[in-house]
Amino acid sequence: MKVAVLKGGRSFEREVSLRSGANVEVALRRLGHEVLSLDVDRDLVRVLRADRPDAAFIAMHGQGGEDGTVQELLEILGVPYTGSGVSACERSWDKVVAKAVFTEEGIPTPASYAFSQAAFRELGAADALGEIESRLGLPLVVKPARGGSALGIRLAHEPSEVPAALMAALAYDDRLLMEHYVAGRELSVSVMGDDDPHALPVVEAIPLGREFYDFESRYTPGATDLRAPADLPQDVTEAVVNVALSCYQALGCRGFARIDTILDADNHVWVLELNTIPGLTDTSALPRAIEAAGLGFDDFIAQVLDLAHLGA
Amino acid sequence: MATDHARQTHSQVTPTDADRYDARFAARAMAIRSSAMRDLMSLAERPDVISLAGGFPDTSSFPKEVFDEVMQAVGHEHLTSVLQYGPTEGLRELRERIVGIMAHERASATADQIMITSGGQQGIDLTIRTFVDPGDVVIAEGPTYPGAVPCLTSYQAQVVHIPMDDDGLQVDLLEPELDRLAALGKRVKLIYTIPNFQNPRGVTMSGERRERLVQIAHARELMILEDNPYGQIRFDGDPLPSLYELDEGRGWVIYVSTFSKILAPGMRVGWVAAPPPVLRKMNHGKQSEDLCSGTLSQRFVLEYLRRHDWRDHVARVNEIYRERRDAMLTALEEEFPTSATWTRPRGGLFVWATLPSFIDTNDLLAKALDQQKVAFVPGGAAFLNGEGTSCMRLNYSAMPPAVISEGIARIGSVVRDLTELFEGMGGR
Repeated sequence: MKVAVLKGGRSFEREVSLRSGANVEVALRRLGHEVLSLDVDRDLVRVLRADRPDAAFIAMHGQGGEDGTVQELLEILGVPYTGSGVSACERSWDKVVAKAVFTEEGIPTPASYAFSQAAFRELGAADALGEIESRLGLPLVVKPARGGSALGIRLAHEPSEVPAALMAALAYDDRLLMEHYVAGRELSVSVMGDDDPHALPVVEAIPLGREFYDFESRYTPGATDLRAPADLPQDVTEAVVNVALSCYQALGCRGFARIDTILDADNHVWVLELNTIPGLTDTSALPRAIEAAGLGFDDFIAQVLDLAHLGA
Repeated sequence: MATDHARQTHSQVTPTDADRYDARFAARAMAIRSSAMRDLMSLAERPDVISLAGGFPDTSSFPKEVFDEVMQAVGHEHLTSVLQYGPTEGLRELRERIVGIMAHERASATADQIMITSGGQQGIDLTIRTFVDPGDVVIAEGPTYPGAVPCLTSYQAQVVHIPMDDDGLQVDLLEPELDRLAALGKRVKLIYTIPNFQNPRGVTMSGERRERLVQIAHARELMILEDNPYGQIRFDGDPLPSLYELDEGRGWVIYVSTFSKILAPGMRVGWVAAPPPVLRKMNHGKQSEDLCSGTLSQRFVLEYLRRHDWRDHVARVNEIYRERRDAMLTALEEEFPTSATWTRPRGGLFVWATLPSFIDTNDLLAKALDQQKVAFVPGGAAFLNGEGTSCMRLNYSAMPPAVISEGIARIGSVVRDLTELFEGMGGR
């Protein structure tokens, strides 16, 4: 089978995507597929038309790849692709939308407020920061509404740190989210499948010497202790997995996705986000989950490719 | 056409095997961490981006006929030897000619004190490799050369930055810091400095401070690593005495320089001048790193020096760089807010700008790349202690004046936009 691997692009996560894509390509070649390696640029449609791959494996992270854009193009070109469809990607990519869906479905997610740049520039939203701080409590998390790899995410411990955190988030997106900070264990659950999805073992990320699981912790070998399966009581594991499956279904995901959660001190699970194209780099959580599931990386890639589809 | 009979074997290693290596990597390899900034920099390489980030000399100004002539001479007269290994310390005649170049920098050495290195970078690496054990203190300017940062990190130096001003390293702050470190029982192994047109700050250490720094090194018996890649890239004024010279042969200064700026960085030919016992150790280190620097490159540089006056090319590039620096300074005046400050270099390749503290230049880089397709080096890259987050390094050697003006205008628009946004937040 001729498989186009879409990677790179010009999102902030370009380099991460190139690392994920490289791992996918090697696996596809081992599986005997013909690989069309595409560092995505403005020639994408032309190249896909000319080379007519049987399927596309999307290994792009961030804007363009995770927001439904490339999926829409592949729909138009009639090239089946891996992972979730256009609408699931759109809804997951925007954390504000995804959190609204979670809340509607009764899935616990930390309380938050979202603002656009315009709210600060034109509506004096800054004057409401005091109320927001008292409602959400300090420290509070400020993050771009859309973005990945923890880029632009800051923890503000006191009111004086909030403006700088807002500025950081708005460098990556024109809308931001101020979220109640839940202290606890960082657990991620990767889910696979279409109509009858199943979860891979829960992975716990313990960043070493950092306040949270930031960019540096995510991509420096050895900077984070990734434990798979996470050491959790059976009932907690079940609760985390059930929440993850609910998220997957609520957003209408297909193929595979990774749900990031926090387990608080009372063993309550809080969903932070769902990633429709989780990282497949050497330091990413998903490969650890695959290993803990007793699955080979190539088997995983083969299964994801089998689920490649059009129209979702 | 040759037929490739090689059978490609696919790697059987998958990401699920990554922890196998993590458990085996050496501490010096693990010490280097990933950074969002380094990843973002790859976007700067795209053709539609104006990059003021790199430190690239202008190689287009090197005359093609000179290159052809020198290459032809190398091929006709030295083919066998340039295809062969050479002595670890480098070609004798090249080292002799370097003595003359150093004299222009007010640094007097003999050929025996000089070893050719693969760029000045190897001189820095060999010095740190030779002196620094994990945990040893290295004093460096704050900011320091971003290219030295991975080197210092991988040898696990504990770096202590001493602030700079327009006269370079603030030597008066050095002594109290040395006292503090001594009280903590810390061992200071090196003082790393770029006295001329420092990268990234663009400033030059005053003569008075040079004398004082060498006095301190003598009194406290401390080694200085004097890195001088930019000394000849001078737009006005005369060279000040080098630290190497001021040491008067007492052996407390190691001097590193390069042909990268006065000739071409692609040659990868630099040199180090050091006291004999140090040079012997560095020679052993170099044997382990690469046996010898490329003989073809060394011979090219030597033949060039034999046939041409290197100062002609330096004069040519200096004219180009001066015009580009002027374009950058003019654009900064026009495009940057009054709350920003920047250095006004009289040589070298860089301007160092400082923005209001509410702007983080890592985040600014993301926005600048995304919205304005322009890049610079965030100041954090020049520190090992998290400082420099409101600063940026701007290069003027690599782009023509019009592109520099446009690049600065683009950065300026993002800075103004963020300033306005911050004001919208009540500037709390």
